[in-house]
Amino acid sequence: MALNRKIAYIDLSTGKIEIKPIPLNVRKKFLGGRGLDAYLLYNHTEKGCDPLGPKNTLIVSGGILTATLASATARTHVMAKSPLGGMVGSANMGGFFAPELAWAGFHHLVIKGRAEKPVYLWIHNGKIEIRDARHLWGKTTTETQWAIREELGDEDIKSMVIGPAGENLVRFANVMTGIKNSGGRTGMGAVMGSKNLKAVAARGTMDIRIAHPKEALEYNKRFIDQITSAKVNQTQGTLGTPFIWGATNSWGGVRCRNFQYNQELYCDEIEPEAIDEVCTETMGPYHMAGCFGCQVHCRAKYRIPTGPYAGVYDEGPEYTSQGAFCGEPDCRSMETLLTGNHLVDQWGMDNLETGSLISWAMELYELGILTNKETDGLDLRFGNDEALLEMVKRIAFRQGWLGDTLAEGGIIASERIGKDSFDYLIQVKGVSNLHSDERATPALALNIATASRGSDHLRSRPAIDLYHLPQEVMRKIYGNPVPYDGPLSSEHTEYIGKPWQVFWHENCYMAVDCLGICKYHTVFLGATLPNFEDWTKVLYYNTGLEFTSREIWDIAERCNMMERLFNLREGLTKEDLMRGDTLNHRYFDEPTRRGAPDVVGRVIDLEKFKKMVDEFYGYKGLDQKGVPKPETLKRLGLENEPSHLL
Amino acid sequence: MEPVTKVLAINHEKCTGCRLCELICSVFHDGVSNAARSRIKIMKWESEGLYIPMSCQQCQDAPCKIICPVKAISRDEILSRVMVDQNKCIGCRACVAVCPFGAMNFNVIDRKIFKCDLCDGDPQCVRFCEVKAVDYVDADRVSTFKKKSAAEKISAARKEAAALESELR
Repeated sequence: MALNRKIAYIDLSTGKIEIKPIPLNVRKKFLGGRGLDAYLLYNHTEKGCDPLGPKNTLIVSGGILTATLASATARTHVMAKSPLGGMVGSANMGGFFAPELAWAGFHHLVIKGRAEKPVYLWIHNGKIEIRDARHLWGKTTTETQWAIREELGDEDIKSMVIGPAGENLVRFANVMTGIKNSGGRTGMGAVMGSKNLKAVAARGTMDIRIAHPKEALEYNKRFIDQITSAKVNQTQGTLGTPFIWGATNSWGGVRCRNFQYNQELYCDEIEPEAIDEVCTETMGPYHMAGCFGCQVHCRAKYRIPTGPYAGVYDEGPEYTSQGAFCGEPDCRSMETLLTGNHLVDQWGMDNLETGSLISWAMELYELGILTNKETDGLDLRFGNDEALLEMVKRIAFRQGWLGDTLAEGGIIASERIGKDSFDYLIQVKGVSNLHSDERATPALALNIATASRGSDHLRSRPAIDLYHLPQEVMRKIYGNPVPYDGPLSSEHTEYIGKPWQVFWHENCYMAVDCLGICKYHTVFLGATLPNFEDWTKVLYYNTGLEFTSREIWDIAERCNMMERLFNLREGLTKEDLMRGDTLNHRYFDEPTRRGAPDVVGRVIDLEKFKKMVDEFYGYKGLDQKGVPKPETLKRLGLENEPSHLL
Repeated sequence: MEPVTKVLAINHEKCTGCRLCELICSVFHDGVSNAARSRIKIMKWESEGLYIPMSCQQCQDAPCKIICPVKAISRDEILSRVMVDQNKCIGCRACVAVCPFGAMNFNVIDRKIFKCDLCDGDPQCVRFCEVKAVDYVDADRVSTFKKKSAAEKISAARKEAAALESELR
């Protein structure tokens, strides 16, 4: 059964491997997945450790419901101290790796130390072996996966790997599985690279007993009907995430020219429908693919239609690639979009961070802060597609002064570049913002400012705040499982009630991350999708564990506090621009210049923003400095951390 | 009971490769999640984005039935399926060797042969496959989808030809 999946401690310096069960009391406190990872990270790293040194701990996991009938339990979570900002590093990816890891007998891997030479882990039916990976070093992400299958003679092996960017310690290198599933954010690939760990390969045929199979099957069917009947998921299943970029761009919610504009104009060529046309032309009418057990199938298949990579197969592009290779650098070519997406997939780099940093450099170049000397003669103006793709390569392989500098991530790069370059960097906690512009949406601004892993939408974004939902619908969502009778506003430009929404979503997303479910199966993009009440059922039917909705909420709150404790230990300070819960001054000073009438001319009101942060802290049980009050830690059972239960 | 005229029809173009069918199959039959126990399996060429579900074709003249030395395999004409009698099966795997589709499976845990039994007339893989890459249809309708898509191509080609002709004029 799911509860007998093990945890393994692997020391790459000594080669020692220890396998242990996960005690039920730990499960009841942290469930699994990202929540338990946060506990392990806090307990297995020392304060101030070098993120790229042997003392950083890399944790790989599936959720407690991985490979069970809870619908879309495909997610793999990877955690370590982030080499980008020194805070919580956390990345989550779909695909087929986590279920294979669970069938091989494991839910959590705690990887310490540093191997002397490149190695990979081979995990097969309860056994773990450290194998030589010298022959894999230098290979791209897909080459590595196929080579492992060939070497071990099993086509069903699923691996999570790094590409050249991870080997080159690019601080935002990602971890990949399959063609395009990426644990993208916060440089987990660089941590793997620093440990000389090229890949983790898994293959398993061990039964996971389902506690109540009949009920689990029927509830899964209900889930599927609920999930596929949501309009947003139907659109996802046709156009993938690019539809979100297209819709957001139409009203002025995406970054353009780094942060100069909030909308890209004249970009018909890279609209979602245009991407869909390329997919249809190159892969046929049925070109959408799904992750394990998921009926949303939001992953498009395509072949690059033109250019030096014409005919090459890849998947995506996600909206993050539209942002990285179109909106932010103000490029608008299909070829650049699909090629850029392919390059970061193959070399193993976070597309969001890559596009953000290059766009930042483009702004600095146009301002004269960067010159031809630093770019080695590259004409790094906005809208220069060739220069954009050239920079992707220079970063991945650390070529030239600027390539090597940007590979260090925004904070270190801004120190090297000097002048007032940092003022133009759109980041929180050292992590670049994704492609969205939050100046007209206070709820979303609060989300990125306070997200544990830095400027990111997948930790607490109340995306449904953009839907202008009726009050009664909002009351129903935000009043459960914890009663809330404070104000709620259906207006996305408002500040009222938003801190509670961000707090609610922070707990909702942590819960799905503990379960190992995809966020498209909860209240992220669709208001009608499953949440706490449904999870009590799937947990019971699949594992036999009984929880109330409130108990799952409490676990999520506890796990979020665990991440907070880690960040505080590593120096999180409320208003620190590099390691705090705040935003670049441009959010407060530079009004938006484009977009719908209620969006143009907006800034975030600094005073109201500060009030939102304080209110949010209040819900979390933090004092006004952002530190948990003693009674909060007691309430969450975290007063003795690190407690070393596992 | 009237004989069932339906057959499992696979349209591989529609398959999204999610493998929910494999999960459903193993839970429905064995109460456990384990793709290795599934009667249906998605064969993948990942670097080309090609996914093809493979399962038993319930052959009329089944090679597995012919080769079985202990006559453990028989045809159930009511549900139009090929069945294995687990009490007679000696686990020699001769059926695995001769099946042209690789649809006969050997379970390493129980050391027994297992194959698709159409879930006694309500195939669960079909029930859970939203895109209907796996479908359960009347035998005489199996080729209709292919006929229609081929006909569409002919129709499109005819329109193009007509357009060309009018251009030339």
